Amino acid sequence: MSTLTEAPPPLAPAPAAERPPRRRGRRTPYWLLLPGILWLLVFFALPLVYQASTSVQTGSLEEGYKVTWHFAAYWDALHAYWPQFLRSVLYAGSATVLCLVLGYPLAYLIAFRAGRWRNLVMILVVAPFFTSFLIRTLAWKTILADGGPVVGALDSLHVLSVTNWLGMTDGHRVLATPLAVVCGLTYNFLPFMILPLYTSLERIDGRLHEAAGDLYATPLTTFRRVTFPLSMPGVVSGTLLTFIPASGDYVNSELLGSTNTQMIGNVIQSQFLRILDYPTAAALSFLLMAAILIMVTLYIRRSGTEDLV
Amino acid sequence: MTTTTTTAATRRTGERGDVRLTGIGKTYGSFTAVHPLDLTVPEGSFFALLGASGCGKTTTLRMIAGLEEPSSGTVHLGEQEVTHLPPYKRPVNTVFQSYALFPHLDIFENVAFGLRRRGIRSVKKQVGEMLDLVQLGEQARKKPHQLSGGQQQRVAVARALINHPKVLLLDEPLGALDLKLRRQMQLELKRIQTEVGITFVHVTHDQEEAMTMADTVAVMNAGRVEQLGPPTDLYENPRTTFVANFLGTSNLLTARTDSVTGEDLVVEAGACTLVLPRARCSAPTTTGGEVLVGVRPEKISLTHAEDADTIPDGRNRVTGRITSAGFIGVSTQYVVDSPVCPDFEVYAQNIDRDPRLVPGAEVVLHWNPAHTFGLDAAQSPLAGTAEDAAAGGEGTGAR
Repeated sequence: MSTLTEAPPPLAPAPAAERPPRRRGRRTPYWLLLPGILWLLVFFALPLVYQASTSVQTGSLEEGYKVTWHFAAYWDALHAYWPQFLRSVLYAGSATVLCLVLGYPLAYLIAFRAGRWRNLVMILVVAPFFTSFLIRTLAWKTILADGGPVVGALDSLHVLSVTNWLGMTDGHRVLATPLAVVCGLTYNFLPFMILPLYTSLERIDGRLHEAAGDLYATPLTTFRRVTFPLSMPGVVSGTLLTFIPASGDYVNSELLGSTNTQMIGNVIQSQFLRILDYPTAAALSFLLMAAILIMVTLYIRRSGTEDLV
Repeated sequence: MTTTTTTAATRRTGERGDVRLTGIGKTYGSFTAVHPLDLTVPEGSFFALLGASGCGKTTTLRMIAGLEEPSSGTVHLGEQEVTHLPPYKRPVNTVFQSYALFPHLDIFENVAFGLRRRGIRSVKKQVGEMLDLVQLGEQARKKPHQLSGGQQQRVAVARALINHPKVLLLDEPLGALDLKLRRQMQLELKRIQTEVGITFVHVTHDQEEAMTMADTVAVMNAGRVEQLGPPTDLYENPRTTFVANFLGTSNLLTARTDSVTGEDLVVEAGACTLVLPRARCSAPTTTGGEVLVGVRPEKISLTHAEDADTIPDGRNRVTGRITSAGFIGVSTQYVVDSPVCPDFEVYAQNIDRDPRLVPGAEVVLHWNPAHTFGLDAAQSPLAGTAEDAAAGGEGTGAR
């Protein structure tokens, strides 16, 4: 650009010719940011403000709602629905742990052992996304059907007596129990665990494994001291990507559970769409958001991932 | 350093000793990376495996480390056979090409890694001493990515050496450093090796590096050891054209054996008659047979053709015309077009420069016959040169 202005034209018009391109250049980043900012404004900030105001309104559907700064709605909501809150955290937590237990070995295999099958296995991991979330969850109704082969096998292996003792199942059935909901959540959110785990494992330099072996670490020690610590960013983002949506989920509980397995998502859904008590529903949404934010902050602090390269 | 502890490695294997490779080879499918070879690395020596990329030197090193399973043969460390031991059971440590430092551990923990794995509790003193040896005592609590390349390199050396291995394996450890730092680290590594007295096996493609550091150099080419010996011996008495060209530069002329007189061999190259010691000819010396005659560029003196009669008798002479002269400070490198060799290289020390020696000048090249060597003419005279490497599709040249 400067070469253009330095060249032939007389001295006087030169500064004028110099300015416009520079100014445009300085603004370019903002123009590029604009779509994103607009998107966030319209689809995130505005609804959030709207919900915040709804949560402190009083009134009824017939008379209309008014902002009365009725903060007691939060307390009332928490008081009335704390079991569902607790259940959400428990179910989502169990599903996250299960996802980690199932997903880590798979991600490890894909990253280090799959060789030329790597892409194929990755496609298989993502393949369920090609069908509807609802249909996949409904399929679990058939899988876990009473007297079906899965439940029969679990029963004869005495798995069900363990889960009965844990309060996860009830008698000889799985459907409509907490276990069914946790199974559904685990299944539906597993790819969200595998993908970040895979990404962080795949980034680990294979020579670090060789170096650890060279320095007297057995394969197990190599995993404990090198591989796992280096995959922590993946573990953290995987658990967050699983836990956060799972704790707000209501479809799995709705389709696979019963009234005794209602999660906070079910309550919000019914408050909004059936009972039409908007302030309570909005207050519950904010409570859920706050709870998740607090838990996530504590979790990230504890796992100390900001320290990792 | 050596006096601080009797090392666990030594205790485990009982006696100390040499690294012995017997008939060791490696094939990947139909590709032979290393042809079965025998190699003995004497205890306490600084041994270099030198060769272009893909010659099998790293594979050989990895088989000693246990990172690669040999297809045939055995590996002995002293009296102990380790051929099928996994790496974590071998009293051997490696300095990896890219250092492979653990990014999540600080320098102290990186260096302490091997000690901790062997269940040693009080590592502080040993790690401190080791970091002092490599002059990194101040950096103990930094993460690897906060260090420079040269510092990371020293951490990698410290991390391996602290275990007092029977053998320290170095896989192109200086490849990622710039020239000046590389020179400095070469001396540093040599100093450390002398200080700790551990056997070093060093893999490199840099002939200068191998010659500066090692007591013994094994030149590898296409999965075979071409020649093995002290650097001076390899340089002065190459036995193959590959070694002659890969280590430094050689002028090789095709000649015909004329006669054998006593200790000398008289050969004819074109119109020139050259003499070389019979002991320095590794080719069969039958009269009338072909032989490759070699001489190093720095052994040759250059005299202007007008002063040809001042050259003492008994020297080998070749006439030619200078085609280029490159001044590089300590010496001037001439290329001379002569009837026996189209690009005869001559390195002349810049002591008394004859101003007439410019491109186009007619000159006589002459050298002491004792500095001439003979090679088997059945080999390609280009083996090991940059042109050869390019023709073979291997981009990394030796120089």
